[in-house]
Order: sequence, then structure tokens, then C-alpha cells
Amino acid sequence: YAWDANEEYLFKAMVAFAMRRYSSKSTTQISNVLLCNVTDRVSFWFVVTDSSKNVTTVPGSEVEAAIRMNRNRINSAFLLSDKTLQFLKITSTLSPPVEPSTPVWLIVFGVVLCLIVAGIVFLIVSGIQKHKKQNKESTERENLEEKVEVTLENGIPCEALDLKAGHINGVFAADDERFTSL
Amino acid sequence: VSATPEIPKEDGRPKWDNKFQYILSCIGFAVGLGNVWRFPYLCQIHGGGAFLIPYFIALLFEGIPLLHLELALGQCLKKGSIGAWNTISPYLGGVGVGSWVVSILVSLYYNTVLTWVMWYLINSFQEPLPWSVCPLNENRTGFNEECYESTAVNYFWYRKTLNITPDIAESGTLQWWLILCLAACWAIVYLCTIRGIETTGKAIYVTAIFPYLVLTIFLIQGLTLPGATDGLIYLFTPNLNTLKNPRVWLDAATQIFFSLSLAFGGLIAFASYNPSKNDCEKDAVTVAIVNSMTSLYASIPVFSVLGFKATTAYWDCLDRNIINVINEFDLPEESIMRQNYTSWISFLNSSYPEKIAGLKLKSCDLQEFLDQSVSGTGLAFIVFTQAIILMPGSQAWAILFFIMLFCLGLSSMFGNIEGVFTPLLELQIISKSAPKEILSGVICLISFLIALCFTLGSGSYWIDIFDRYAGSVPLLVIAFFEVIGVVYIYKIKRFSKDVESMTGRKLNLYWQITWRFISPLLLLIVFMAFVTLQMQKPPSYPAWNPKYEGFPMKEEKVYPPWVQAICVLLAALPCVCVPLVAIFQLLKKKHRSKDPSFVPPEVFSCQGANS
Repeated sequence: YAWDANEEYLFKAMVAFAMRRYSSKSTTQISNVLLCNVTDRVSFWFVVTDSSKNVTTVPGSEVEAAIRMNRNRINSAFLLSDKTLQFLKITSTLSPPVEPSTPVWLIVFGVVLCLIVAGIVFLIVSGIQKHKKQNKESTERENLEEKVEVTLENGIPCEALDLKAGHINGVFAADDERFTSL
Repeated sequence: VSATPEIPKEDGRPKWDNKFQYILSCIGFAVGLGNVWRFPYLCQIHGGGAFLIPYFIALLFEGIPLLHLELALGQCLKKGSIGAWNTISPYLGGVGVGSWVVSILVSLYYNTVLTWVMWYLINSFQEPLPWSVCPLNENRTGFNEECYESTAVNYFWYRKTLNITPDIAESGTLQWWLILCLAACWAIVYLCTIRGIETTGKAIYVTAIFPYLVLTIFLIQGLTLPGATDGLIYLFTPNLNTLKNPRVWLDAATQIFFSLSLAFGGLIAFASYNPSKNDCEKDAVTVAIVNSMTSLYASIPVFSVLGFKATTAYWDCLDRNIINVINEFDLPEESIMRQNYTSWISFLNSSYPEKIAGLKLKSCDLQEFLDQSVSGTGLAFIVFTQAIILMPGSQAWAILFFIMLFCLGLSSMFGNIEGVFTPLLELQIISKSAPKEILSGVICLISFLIALCFTLGSGSYWIDIFDRYAGSVPLLVIAFFEVIGVVYIYKIKRFSKDVESMTGRKLNLYWQITWRFISPLLLLIVFMAFVTLQMQKPPSYPAWNPKYEGFPMKEEKVYPPWVQAICVLLAALPCVCVPLVAIFQLLKKKHRSKDPSFVPPEVFSCQGANS
């Protein structure tokens, strides 16, 4: 927007408003605020006079304090910010950044750590299970191998042999079986 | 007869699931953080495109031959580094032990760099990014002084992340946030290497491929940024005059050597899990070329972003000057723009020279901003993070970037850990019935406890020391002995036959010449030049000292004598293993030769193992 006499009027009004709020006397009028040296850059000097005390200017520190108190109202009146509307000699009190109660990074870290621990536990447990299964398989296979070996060694099934208490010569038994076909 | 079903581990060694896993693991090991933050820097300071000439010559005569040697060795002997060298010759066992020691030392500090990456990663989930704003000072009238004098990114890196002490002798305290991240990093490494290559083989699909995706995304984004072309032109403009400087050739040779992760024993370990009839020649050439292409590919987005950052800094400089001039002369807004800035300044200078001089305008030169070259952690954590703030959607870019760095580093860690793990498995420190998970757990736990030292205030100074001394000179020495050992002690004729039986082709003349003469000679020259250059300047380090007059410049400090002793120890420890083991074996042989019942071991042959 262009800076014209209306904007100047608004500025005077804002300064008067700031003075009223700060000192809580409702005597400051728009006519008390004087602008001078207005340049195209849009920069100017202004003073606030005190009509009750015979046209003397209000001390600069008071004006500074008043403006500092109402800075955000003045800024928003002009749709500007601390950077774009500069009052020389008035440094703005910076607002601290919003800090959540738990730092965000701790939350993210917690999530990551939980995932990792879950992964490790899963892998270890699956490894133990595989190990157990392998042990079981290998013992089963060993039993199977023994039986196969025994069978192969004699050429005939011998399970019966193992169970009987007596000492039977399996070869003869087998031969008898073969021959007997009456 | 029912045949007993063969368990894959019956012969004691796990195998790769497929060839692609193996190649990807080697590529992941070779492609690491150095490809992203060292190669572009070297390109930039050594005359841009001209640097590629010594780089490719070094690749041809040093990189590929040594890589082929290591892969062939591992594949033929089917053992990790210690076992392999013991088999070649008992006197050369020290070479394997040296590689093993280097792998340990490098694993320790490399994972701490990943800790920093993880810290930045988990901090990237905030709005605004924590390194973009300075914290306020006590009475909230301004910003924290240390932050104000330097920049917000510098402050976040040196204070909030490292909490760095001004001197290496001051250890400071343990930083609890770094300890947490370090624990998480070692837990991730344990998770991925828990059963050796069975688990890393699966993890590598993600960690090796993801960085390429991110690099492509950054490439597309980077090229659209303003000022990207300036950066790229600056990077690639060849300046052939730099080739006259021997320093350039030395840097090219060392970069190729360290970039391919040679002499760590990790490549031997990876290759040892291969089937015998595998074409290791083609593998070596593939891995080396992919590594170099990745370096080149990575430098494009890096330099687009750096060009963007330089341009933005230049514009900021101009804008600040413009504001000052406008305020001084009360000119209307937007009368001076960046384009007509120079004409305005010359006009005002001619009419009001005193006023202009009184303003003390900083001279803004784009070249100057482009010249600010950084490598290493400075590139990733300071320069790049600053550039990311300026991009729209910074959180997403930051997250992508740090995940990429994490993946790059993690895949290199797999190789390092494998170089430690495989020899220990073969030495049978733990009984065969005990699961592998225990061994990898013990390795990760012990490494984590030792690496706690790096989370002290002075930790990053120590990491620089480890990087400079443990991860450089010993590797050159070990590689030299590797080549000499294979070519002259194992005899190259025997090795050629072994390689022929594996690849099915006769050994090329190129390999014969490079293995016999060129590579050892080159390694010797590089080693001498490297050591001479290191000796020339007194070892000093840049310290971050807020009380220094020149702050925010870093203060150059000299290492105290006890630190220098540690540096020498770190460099000498792996190297000294080679002669020590040789002497030990000599003494053992002398002792044994007096024993009449001693039978000399069989001469090993690679073809024998194939049947």
C-alpha cells in the first residue's frame, strides 16, 4: 500500500493509543503527535507533546517504553513486522521459540530404538528356534542313519532282532524264511 | 542308500544368496561417505575437470589391480584376512593381522561419525530446523553470543552436537545425547551383522541402493535451484595447470586407494564366501568403475547445492549493502535492485565518496563465496545443512540427506565389521556350537564401550586423529606387502594358475604388468610422498575456541607431545604387526626344526580346493 496522509493519520493514532495505554491517562490526542522530515523512503521523526504541561515534549524514554509495550499492535495495524517497521533505538524483545515439554528428537529416538530392539529380539529368537530345530533334525537323522545302517549291514530287516532277549543268528533265520515255502 | 541332505553350512562357511548380493556388498563397502564429501572437494581444489585425469590414471594402475588381487585372494583361499595370509605364507600372517587391527580401529571411529549423522537425522523432524535459528541469550534481548558471532549452523554443530572443548587436552564430559545415539548406531550395526553375511546380505539391498535414489532426487532438485549452474561450471571447469603440482597426483592416488576400501581385509572376507568358479576379474572391474562413477555422480548434486548456497550468500551480501545505502541516502524502496547495484554504487561513489566510504560496505564477490571449499564433516554438517534451510520443504530434504549419509556409512561399516568378524570366526575364539550371534554381540558391545571416548567434548579432535593416522599410512603399508607377498612370495605363476582356474581365462598382460611392477612401485612412491608431506608440517589441528580473537575462525593449535605419541602409535601398530609376526614365525621355525617329528605343512594350491 502507498504511504499517504491517511497512513500518517493512522500512525499518529497508534502512537497516541500507545501513550494512553502506557500512562493510562486519556489526555493524549492525535494532535499531540507530530511528524517531521517525512521522506520517500518512508522514514520520519516524530515527537509526542504533552498538552497539559504547556506544549513540552514527552521524554523519549517514556515514548520508547510505550511503543515497546504495544509493538505488536502497532505492527499489525500496518500489516508489518519487527523487521519491516523499524523504530531506531528500540530493540525488540525477541520471543523465545516454542519448546515442547519433551524435545522432539527424544520421541523420534525412542521410536527408532524400539524398532531396532524389536528387530534384534526377533532375529535372536528366530536364531535360537532354528538352532533347536537343527539339533532336533540332526538327532533324528542320526537315529535314522543307525537304523538304515543296521538294515543294510545284514541285508534283512532286523528290528525284531533288537527287541528279543535271546541271541539269534539273523542270517540263519533269514535263510530259513527263504527256504521255507512249503 | 538314502543320501543325507546337505546343510549349506556343513563345510563351515555360509554363502551369498546370489551374486548380486556379493557385488552389492562390495560396492556398498567401497562407496562410502568419502565419495560424497571428499571427492567433490578434491575436484574443486585441484582444477575441476582436470583432476579426473590423474584420478583415472590412478584407478587404472593402482585401484583396479589391487582390488582384483584382494578379491581373487579371498575367493581362492576361502578364508578371512588372517587365515588367508597365514595360508599364503606363515611369515606373511602379519599382513592379515595388520588388516584386522586397522579394521578394528576404523570401525571404532567410523560409527561415531554415523552417530553424528543419526543425531542430525532425528533432529530433522522439527519445525523450524534446530540449526536454522540461534537460541536467545539470558535476558532475551538478543541472540546467544557464540551463535551470533558465528552462524546458527556452526553453533548447532559445535555446541549443541559436539559440545566441543577448545583444546584436545581438555576432555570435557560425556555428552549423554551422543551416547544414546552411539548406542542406537551400534545396535543397528549389531542388528544387521548379527549372523554375518546372512543378515548383511539382506540389509545391503536397502543400504546400498537407497543412496542412489536420494542422490538422483537431490540431482533433480539441485539442478532446479538458482545458482546451481554457477556451482557446476566452477566445479568442472578444467584448469590443466594444476596438473603440474605433484600434490594433485598424490591426492588422486590416495583418494582412489582409500575410496576403494583396500587393505581392510573386508573385501577378502566378502570374496571368501563366493563359489570358486566366479569371475573375480569382472567383479573387480565392475566394483571399481561403479565406485568412481558414483563419486562423479555424487559431485553433481553436491556442487549444485554449493553453487546455490554461494549464490544465496552473495545475494544476502548485496541485499545488506543495498539496505545500508538506501537507509543512508533515504532513497525510496526498491530503487536499487541487485541488477543495478553496481551502477548505483559507482554513481553514488562519484557523487558522495565520503558517505560511501563511511558505510564500510562489504565487497560481495560470487567467486569468493564459491571458493569457500569444505570437505568432510564440515561439508555435510555445516555447509549442506545451511543450504537445506534455504530450500523449500527443508525437513524433507534434511531427512533424505541424512538417511542417505547413514546408509552410505552403514554399508561401509558392514565391510569393516566383516573384516573383524570373519577372521575371529576362523580362529575359533568361541566354540563351534556357540551361535555366531554371541560373537557379533561381543564385538559390537566392546566397540561401543571403547567408542564412548569419542563422545567426550574433545571427541571430534580424536576422530580426526584416527582418520588421519590410523586410516591412512597403515593401509598403504599393508597393501604394499599384499602385492609383494602375492607376486614374489606366493609367486605370480602360481597365482595366475589359480585365477585362471577360477575365471576360466588366462591372466591378461595388463594384470601381469600392474601386479608385478606398476602397483608396488606406485604404492611405494605414494607412501614416501605421503609420509614426507605429513612430516613437513608440524601436526596441528583447527580448534573451535569461542575465546579466540579471530573467532569465528578456527584456532590452529599444535598437538601436545603425548597426543603426538598416540598418533605415531596408531599409525605404527598395524604396520608393526607385519615384521613382528614374521619374526615370531621365524623363531617358531627355528625351535621346531630342532624337533625331528615335525612334518612340514602341505603346499597349498587353489585348484586343490576346487575339487
